[in-house]
Amino acid sequence: MANFYTDNPDLRHHLNHPMMRKIVELKERNFTEAEKYDYAPLDFEDAMDNYDRVLNVVGEMCGDIVAPNAEGVDHEGPRVENNRVIYASGTEQNLEACRKAGLMGMSMPRRFGGLNFPITPYIMAADIVSRADTGFENLWGLQDCAETLYEFGTEEQRTKYIPRVCEGATMSMDLTEPDAGSDLQSVMLKATEMPDGTWRLNGVKRFITNGDSDIHLVLARSEDGTKDGRGLSMFIYDKRDGGVDVRRIENKMGIKGSPTCELTYKNAKAELCGSRRMGLIKYVMALMNGARLGIAAQSVGVSEIAYREALGYAKERMQFGKAIIEFPAVAEMLAVMKAKLDASRTLLYETARYVDLYKVYEDIARERKLTDEERKEMKLYTKYADALTPLAKGLTSEYCNQNAYDCIQIHGGSGFMKDYACERVYRDARITSIYEGTTQLQVVAAIRHVTTGTYKALMDMYAATEWKAELQDMAASLKELTLAYEVAVAKVAEVNMPAYTDFMARRMVEMAGNIIMSYLLLLDANRNESFTKSARVYNNLAKAEVNKHAEFINNFTPEQLADYNVK
Amino acid sequence: MSLNIVVLAKQVPDTRNVGKDAMKEDGTINRAALPAIFNPEDLNALEQALRLKDANPGSTVTILTMGLPRASEVIREAMFRGADGGIVLTDRTLGGADTLATSYSLAQAVKKIGNYDIILGGRQAIDGDTAQVGPQIAEKLGIPQVTYAEEILDLKDGFVTVKRRLENGVETVKAPLPCVVTVNGSAPECRPRNAKRLMKYKFAVSPSEKEKLTDERIKALVESRPELQLKEWGAAFVEADPEQIGLAGSPTKVKAIENVVFTAKDCRVLDNSDQALEDLIVELIHNHTIG
Repeated sequence: MANFYTDNPDLRHHLNHPMMRKIVELKERNFTEAEKYDYAPLDFEDAMDNYDRVLNVVGEMCGDIVAPNAEGVDHEGPRVENNRVIYASGTEQNLEACRKAGLMGMSMPRRFGGLNFPITPYIMAADIVSRADTGFENLWGLQDCAETLYEFGTEEQRTKYIPRVCEGATMSMDLTEPDAGSDLQSVMLKATEMPDGTWRLNGVKRFITNGDSDIHLVLARSEDGTKDGRGLSMFIYDKRDGGVDVRRIENKMGIKGSPTCELTYKNAKAELCGSRRMGLIKYVMALMNGARLGIAAQSVGVSEIAYREALGYAKERMQFGKAIIEFPAVAEMLAVMKAKLDASRTLLYETARYVDLYKVYEDIARERKLTDEERKEMKLYTKYADALTPLAKGLTSEYCNQNAYDCIQIHGGSGFMKDYACERVYRDARITSIYEGTTQLQVVAAIRHVTTGTYKALMDMYAATEWKAELQDMAASLKELTLAYEVAVAKVAEVNMPAYTDFMARRMVEMAGNIIMSYLLLLDANRNESFTKSARVYNNLAKAEVNKHAEFINNFTPEQLADYNVK
Repeated sequence: MSLNIVVLAKQVPDTRNVGKDAMKEDGTINRAALPAIFNPEDLNALEQALRLKDANPGSTVTILTMGLPRASEVIREAMFRGADGGIVLTDRTLGGADTLATSYSLAQAVKKIGNYDIILGGRQAIDGDTAQVGPQIAEKLGIPQVTYAEEILDLKDGFVTVKRRLENGVETVKAPLPCVVTVNGSAPECRPRNAKRLMKYKFAVSPSEKEKLTDERIKALVESRPELQLKEWGAAFVEADPEQIGLAGSPTKVKAIENVVFTAKDCRVLDNSDQALEDLIVELIHNHTIG
């Protein structure tokens, strides 16, 4: 009888963010669908009540079904029989519960059978699911792919596939190959056009999450003789057509319930999605951005379970005649874990809101011409979403790994045994900073927002807030940190050497991340005093981190680069 | 074949979370101190009903509940999971009913519903734990009953085949329709609330709830959508004999109520010998803890 939504008041705090009014009013086109659909909201309050109620269902399902199944799923895992994936029995139960609860295709429009939820409450559901079972979040979260299908597919393709997703068909994105991991330009899977306009796919894909799904989005080389990203297109493969076999599933360290497949395509029938040659350049980039936000949500879920497991154990475990939480060293670890969790979550939802805003304008633009004002806003929100997505993915995934590490540390020797959930959390956490682009690649995506000033613009925007008296000191400290950040960024610009900039990129991105997260937590505290403690703990952490990086950058000469050149 | 399925559901105080104010001095339950929930085994019954509905397109699942007007909450809860609508049987004169008066009142309501193929309900409610109401309704309606059901295996040609969970094993029985089936807690859990249904039926209200609505738009919405109008029936409407309902119709009287206070404060460590165990058993028999 657990509810992972109602037992965590922080979630409602983030759901009820002031920006939600704008998001919801745009998303619901001023509530015009209430006439047509009996489950469409009448107004803003009604819509928010809907999100709250549905998240309540997600929380209950996660507390009562998904979380209790997690250990069994981790042990049993999926298997391959006759080239098909058989999920662990707990996974089947979880999926069935999600289907019955109607939690698939949450963000899809109602005309395709979706719930028409904004990204923010959908991402909140992902956050909750991940806390219950991180690996299951992958399977459930792949409904994200429908977003890409909706954005780039034809109306016929939307009508054909999206209602199936809303009814529970699973999805996968078949991108990587044995020789094309981070470097997707090297994808070789061959796509050949047939006289009837359909395509045939031949080749191999590797590391495909949920590779035996019902509907696949596949990146393949449609342009014979090409070698780079411009020869790649995106295709839709329907499992009912046959032609794709699961050769094996990987034996992974974590998220073991989520089958990671090697697939062979033998003349698999597929249809082109969108325009030729735009597969990687446009569609996969969109797909990956959505997926990265999903991994950020997954990471926050991991941080949450890691913190809860550690806190619960620290309160119960008695040593030297008292609970170990009474020892300052343990208490500090827990306070820092909570601060990292809160910082991660606030960045996650800030990102989700900007993604919501730009996507909803994009969608409105499919129906009518945007006004100049709207176009300007869309451009700004797209920039913020682009800047915050790699920051969120990179930093929340690193933090959840740190929290998982500390969770085991607090469990001591027992944490090293297979007896407690923390060992699964530790294994599950590890992938988050690797897939959908490693942290190093998130830095590559984020660095231009350091150099072009997007992060600085966000900091300035936050700084203009009217702060409560008791938060003024932190607001002042953040202004100082922003200055330190600017000095460091200016130093790197002054050196003006690509190798030097690359070397400092992660440091500068982390500085930006620390300052932005500290600001966001301060904004949370400004709105809800229960965040004040975390805001203070995180502010201390941000100061130490930003100054550490500033010190490093300010004292580092280009000549020293040679010391790091390991051959 | 489409079926008219009636599910008996009760709103009960959550006795799994009992605090110190759970009981009033007169020995009755202090409902204000306990959260009101859907009786757990009635949810198991609802799941069986919804499975019958899934297997027999066109079927309807109607919830019948007796209680305070706020018991309409269980109807909405059931609708979120798949039920089509429901009736709250509520009346001041029905208050204080024991199982005899309750089953009489509910049987009268079932007669009023009239056209039913099967009546499902939980084995027992967690507030009274009697398991009497379902069987008594069957008796009063003069139809067969199957108790301790774990799964409805089959329903066709006017018969239902049911797997029963008994103390020493499993029994499969067949009964002619219409009949009453009471479902055991070991039956499959009820399906979750469905997101779309939740949004669609959240404004479903009984007439007395509708009167209290302040938002005119929601009032208009309820009026324009019959599926949002829950039914509320009184004792007179179901033609119940005033002598057989409520306190008047209840031969059961609570004589006294005692609080059981556990006084043992500490654990006791026994040495690892047969004698120590035997002494403990003798002690427990002696103080009536066991035996």
